[in-house]
Amino acid sequence: MMLSLPVKLIGTAALVALLACVPMVADGYRLSLAISLLNYTVLATAWALFSGPTRYVSLATVAFFGIGVYTVAVLGEVLAWPLVLLIALGLGMFVALIVGLATLRLSGVYFVIFTFGLAELVRQLVTWFEVNITRTLGRYVFLDVTTDQIYWQLLGLTVLVFVAGILIRRSRLGLALRVIGDDETVARHIGINTTAAKVALFVLSASFMTLCGAIMAPRWSYIDPAIAFNPVTSFQVLIMALLGGVHRLYGPLLGVVPLTLLFEFLLANFPNHFSILIGIAFMLIVYAIPQGIAGLLEKLTKRKGAAS
Amino acid sequence: MTATPLLDVQGLTRRFGGLVAVDNLDLSVQAGEIVGLLGPNGSGKTTALNLISGALKPDTGSIALRGGAIAGLAPHKIARLGVARTFQLVRVLGSLTVHENVLAGLAFGTRNDWGPRAEASAEDLLQRVGLGGRGAVMTSELTYIDQKRLELARALALRPELLLLDEWLAGLNPTELLQGIELVRSLRSEGIAVLMVEHVMDAIRSLCDRCVVMNAGKRIALGTPTEVLSDPEVVRAYLGDSDA
Repeated sequence: MMLSLPVKLIGTAALVALLACVPMVADGYRLSLAISLLNYTVLATAWALFSGPTRYVSLATVAFFGIGVYTVAVLGEVLAWPLVLLIALGLGMFVALIVGLATLRLSGVYFVIFTFGLAELVRQLVTWFEVNITRTLGRYVFLDVTTDQIYWQLLGLTVLVFVAGILIRRSRLGLALRVIGDDETVARHIGINTTAAKVALFVLSASFMTLCGAIMAPRWSYIDPAIAFNPVTSFQVLIMALLGGVHRLYGPLLGVVPLTLLFEFLLANFPNHFSILIGIAFMLIVYAIPQGIAGLLEKLTKRKGAAS
Repeated sequence: MTATPLLDVQGLTRRFGGLVAVDNLDLSVQAGEIVGLLGPNGSGKTTALNLISGALKPDTGSIALRGGAIAGLAPHKIARLGVARTFQLVRVLGSLTVHENVLAGLAFGTRNDWGPRAEASAEDLLQRVGLGGRGAVMTSELTYIDQKRLELARALALRPELLLLDEWLAGLNPTELLQGIELVRSLRSEGIAVLMVEHVMDAIRSLCDRCVVMNAGKRIALGTPTEVLSDPEVVRAYLGDSDA
């Protein structure tokens, strides 16, 4: 298990290079599945960056994702692509900062409800704006971004979210968040500015979600608020992260792969029962593996180690 | 008086609804001094500590650390100015290792220690409280006394000038109590001042330079342990009127 740093770096680089070749060999369906996997990997890992250590359960994922999508819908044809991404990032971080400062004093279920409400609020605001000001509900997005390019951008973002996760884990901020997750009173009394630490990570997590939405936007040629701010996205990301396990950086990935495939299968075969089947999957996961797959694997390897 | 006291509390008051938990309390701690804060249950001792550490904000009154006002500051700011504390009901960080608990104190306290130097300091502190070599253990697996030791190590990791101990010696067996008393005494030789809420009289007599006795939120006595423990009003507060 203990590999030296150069070996790890070379291995990771090789893996990324290999994944970068996927568009050259995969057909249309497989590529779209790969995009879906990367999309959820970014979202679930970004979600766990904040919610894992702090144990604040956020349902605002789609609020930030949707902000990214809508920025592209509005500005995509007007400005250069990097500039659009930058503006989306700025907007997402700004909203996260305001929301973070206002809500991270809430705890437990109040925070969950607030974040869910936030996603709905942003959706209603966008709808109101489109109906009353621009007089268009729904936009057509015709951008010069190919599916291959979407895939590569998502792959880049995936690498970034993992690098960010590793750096945070090794930093004082990472330790601060674990202390906060354990006991916020103690955290404050050993000199941790708990509000600043939580807001910083919430903003970081939200910026990945926003960028993810912006990159994904060209996948749809038609975008309206119900698509961009679909609350099911927030729940799916939550289930995936919980199934995988939020206490390890690679945890959410272990949930993303099986569940993306499962959702794909359910959508293809039981389109009319999709929601109820997702609900059942959610309950089974929470009931059967509360520590997630990562936790389960660790327990198993520990037991094996103890037995031998 | 001579120099500015390390901690100077004047007219401190905090109400909870109709109850005045701390009522016009005056209190001072000199640098390197050990001061006991005594009183029957419910007399406001823990509330007083909470007001000093910033867990609660005072309604009126002033708290000065080295002459600078700290009343009403956020607890993390007070901690960084050099005030560390332990809790009445021991609070260790259960999902972290013993070593990481101490690292957390080092990383955000008055010195912001981080990296290899902090790793070494953490081991030193664990050694100091009698947990040497047990850094890798999960905190949740520690016994009660070891959790108390760890909590002290974490507080010392902040490199405080003033340490607030809230019944840190309670619940120890006689051997552990002797070790605990020695440990607190050794802090004085390092120049750390201690304000301790305590019920264990042996500890108070052998450690405290001065004692403040509270009853119903008010200070009813001030002096050396021998003086205050023979004060008729203190006796009355603890035991009731003898000639009732």
